[in-house]
Amino acid sequence: MSRYTPEEKVKLARRPDRPGTADFIGALFTDFFEQRGDRLCGEDGSILGGIARFHGRPVTVIGHRKGKNLEENLTCTFGMPSPEGYRKAQRLMRQAEKFGRPIITFVDTPGAYPGKEAEERGQGEAIAQCLALMSALEVPVISVVTGEGGSGGALALAVANRVLMLEHAVYSVLSPEGFASILWKDASRADEACGVMKLTAQDLRRGGIVQGVLREPEDGAHTNWAAVFRTVDAALTKELAALDKLKGPALARQRYEMFRAMGQGLPPAREEEP
Amino acid sequence: MNQTFSRRRDRLLTYRAMREGNITSSRRTKCAACGEESPRLEWERKLQVCPKCGFHAPVGAYYRLSNILDPGSFQELEGNLSPADPLAFPGYSAKLAGLEEETGLKDAAVTALGRVDGHKAVFSVLDSRFLMGSMGTAVGEKIARAAEYAEKKKLPLVIFSASGGARMQEGIFSLMQMAKTAAAIQRFQSRGGLYLSCLTHPTTGGVTASFASLGDIMLAEPGALIGFAGPRVIEQTIKEKLPEGFQRAEYLLDHGFLDRIVPRSEWRSVLAQLLALHEKGGQP
Repeated sequence: MSRYTPEEKVKLARRPDRPGTADFIGALFTDFFEQRGDRLCGEDGSILGGIARFHGRPVTVIGHRKGKNLEENLTCTFGMPSPEGYRKAQRLMRQAEKFGRPIITFVDTPGAYPGKEAEERGQGEAIAQCLALMSALEVPVISVVTGEGGSGGALALAVANRVLMLEHAVYSVLSPEGFASILWKDASRADEACGVMKLTAQDLRRGGIVQGVLREPEDGAHTNWAAVFRTVDAALTKELAALDKLKGPALARQRYEMFRAMGQGLPPAREEEP
Repeated sequence: MNQTFSRRRDRLLTYRAMREGNITSSRRTKCAACGEESPRLEWERKLQVCPKCGFHAPVGAYYRLSNILDPGSFQELEGNLSPADPLAFPGYSAKLAGLEEETGLKDAAVTALGRVDGHKAVFSVLDSRFLMGSMGTAVGEKIARAAEYAEKKKLPLVIFSASGGARMQEGIFSLMQMAKTAAAIQRFQSRGGLYLSCLTHPTTGGVTASFASLGDIMLAEPGALIGFAGPRVIEQTIKEKLPEGFQRAEYLLDHGFLDRIVPRSEWRSVLAQLLALHEKGGQP
């Protein structure tokens, strides 16, 4: 599983020829109906979402979209969402809950867009509301980190009952460049950062942050899309069947407790009075 | 431990004596914002707000609580919760130990039970002296436990944020504290709990993008920098200078993200009013 170093995995995870959200939707789902707009002020192409069928069953599917060519890259701000994108995602998730549809998300973003307008429209608030909403949803939620899981912008779509990761995907508190720049005031030490950040799927599985690692073709997901689609399809089918055994409140509880427990090595809450 | 406690108590008593005019001092303090020097006693009478320009200097968690809570009502909760080093990050443990020695804090959050004008509530306060008030596993755990404790005791929750965001040295575990704290606040609120979120300088990154933005009522101190991305990162991305006052509390108020800006001297009266308005039947 570890023929690649963490910094090689970061490069693999960022390859533009890796399958992205639009590719997964096209291959794994039928009857996709795209939903656009946040119903407040805008539409953000960097989040793609809608209703579709997964093996015949209606689901809501949402993911980051980076775009496949320069023109698309620009309309999708390279997969870095603005508040409109996160508020669209919230709208779609509320609707999924209303109609009892499971939610499947695909995570692939360098992070939320750090722009002037994004800040003016409440980037922090939009992400916070995503986290709060997802934590309490009473439908099954499965997230697959397919490429780069960068920071709060990734987590905003990944508060799921099961978080799965492709074998060479990465998921981290910040990009290795940002991490090196904050801690060592030197973005060029990004490769070194990759080593200490524990951002590989294998490290995260060991740390209890993700619940499953999905095998990629020998030389990476970009070399054989069909094989990746088969793997992801099988994993989603299996996890969905397991989650179907839980009722709504139990799904919310399982998700809450899983994220609640993420903080290693801390003593349990004290029961006694102050 | 006891030594830390008595040092802290002595310091807080000194500040109180300064405010009440029982101490004389010729020392002057320079403002980090306007650069003007003012007598130390005058700064303290204004609760560490610059007498010349009104800059609200960052203050420690215990100091803030001592200014807000009714005297004698402070009871610390989870005071022994210590940080972890889940990545075994080089130099981190030593840094934590040094900061504990220097500040008397175990980590960047202090939680307490207290009263404001008689109204009981649970308070959590972030302290920017401790690694920029960043949120690692211990801070996240403290916020989550504060929300759970408030729910159990049917008390309102008041959080003062001041944070650079997620704590890099704890990597992905820090990121997950965003989900954990947002979930705990969501659960508390959905069961009827009142959460007053008070933003102080600076509140950024993963703290803005989790519990700090979820208040039933959103308040902030004048001039506080509040945002998700830091101004330097934004300027690098868009390759232009940001306008004057960008991401300041007044700017957020104009853009609809705050209910009110509260000068430091008014926290007690504003919190007392809000807590009273939410008491059963609207009566104390």
